[in-house]
Amino acid sequence: MAQITGYIVDAVVVEGDTTFTLPALCRACGLDSRQLMALVAEGVLDPAGRTPQDWLFGGQSLRTALTAQRLMQDLDMDLSGVAMVLDLLGEIASLRSQLSRSCLR
Amino acid sequence: MRLFASARGAVGTGIRRPASGSARTNKRGAANLRKGVSMQFQDYYATLGVERTATPDQVKRAFRKLARKYHPDVSKEPDAEAHFKEVAEAYKALKDPERRAAYDQAGRGYSKGQAFDPPPDWGSGFAYSGRGDAAGDGSEFSDFFSSLFGRGNAAHANGHARGEPFGGHAAQGTDRHARIVIDLEDAYRGANRTISLRVPAIDAQGRAAVHEKQLAVNIPRGVRSGQHLRLAGQGSPGSGGLPAGDLYLEIALNPHARFRVDGADVYLDLPVAPWEAALGATIAAPTPEGPVQLTIPPASAPGRKLRLRGRGLPGTSAGAAPGDMYALLAVGMPPPHTDAEKAAYADMARAFPHYAPRGAPEA
Repeated sequence: MAQITGYIVDAVVVEGDTTFTLPALCRACGLDSRQLMALVAEGVLDPAGRTPQDWLFGGQSLRTALTAQRLMQDLDMDLSGVAMVLDLLGEIASLRSQLSRSCLR
Repeated sequence: MRLFASARGAVGTGIRRPASGSARTNKRGAANLRKGVSMQFQDYYATLGVERTATPDQVKRAFRKLARKYHPDVSKEPDAEAHFKEVAEAYKALKDPERRAAYDQAGRGYSKGQAFDPPPDWGSGFAYSGRGDAAGDGSEFSDFFSSLFGRGNAAHANGHARGEPFGGHAAQGTDRHARIVIDLEDAYRGANRTISLRVPAIDAQGRAAVHEKQLAVNIPRGVRSGQHLRLAGQGSPGSGGLPAGDLYLEIALNPHARFRVDGADVYLDLPVAPWEAALGATIAAPTPEGPVQLTIPPASAPGRKLRLRGRGLPGTSAGAAPGDMYALLAVGMPPPHTDAEKAAYADMARAFPHYAPRGAPEA
């Protein structure tokens, strides 16, 4: 296999100030615009802007959309199932964070 | 493209019945494949926990059950991701009747982990697309799977395949995904990591080949678990003059023996002696950046939370506030062995006649 030697690339933290338009989020998460619009309708994603053309998704939307994409693809889940799993995952995450905040030993 | 992936047809790849005119090509492909191949046999039936005679429905049920158990987004099983990969690969091989037949034929007489030598008629009953090897990295699947079904079959398996660079039409390159695990100390300081990517490229003759590309990545300080780094233009190349996709790296933090991380805040259980908690003390407390002097106020109860302001993970952008660090006091109790030690506890009991650890006794 041929080797291409490397160079240093700077990385941007997506969860910082990055925003995604609808087509950009589609590209990044692998869902199509119809699926993302349905996730917005379910309240899973909450973009700024009034029409899909104006929508801007915050950087943290990437993680949600990627998880949704994997759940749909790997477990054949439908949108309302995905929405519920994402809610439950959020609840588990907040319980875990409560655990870290208390003395375990 | 991501590390674990399950079935989704790749463009222009897949198993086909050999057309009469292409039989020679197929055989040659098989011969190339056999050269220097050494791999372990994968028992896909055992992976899914089904009999070799299982019906397609039974195979599907077994997969669904295991997929829910090991799906990396929902599972807390150790090695969930590796397990899920195995299960997804097994299902991808067994759910398609043609692929399953090819696997059954090739695997007769083998058991799991055994060194697998492709049989002499390898490839005569089924064929790979000639483009298969180049369509992507295929690293999500075992060598065994890739050689049996072709790498192209394994790559682009996650539905991100729009913008397929070899599809013959102009398209922006696909975004790619990978995960990078760093230590908490790296997240504090920032880190430089070299990652290896397998990227498809087209040579001067228009042939596709896979290159390994090394990329040195500056990981900014302050990144948190679950965040993503975007490396612009480092995804799959575009075609027809359109730009390459981006590469996204998901950050995961190695669990730390001492510190727990919650977002930007860091927690530490800090053992103290009873007299330190009772009388107050200034002690050296560890932080991911090295020890700091910490003042324990007098009369501190066990579990008391002391905040070390701004000693959590740094902010990722200029002006962003750093997290805090919290030391949770764990008051130890030295076991009395000598007479003097026992006398110290007896003295303490005499000094605290009104201390009622279980509250007032019931009447």
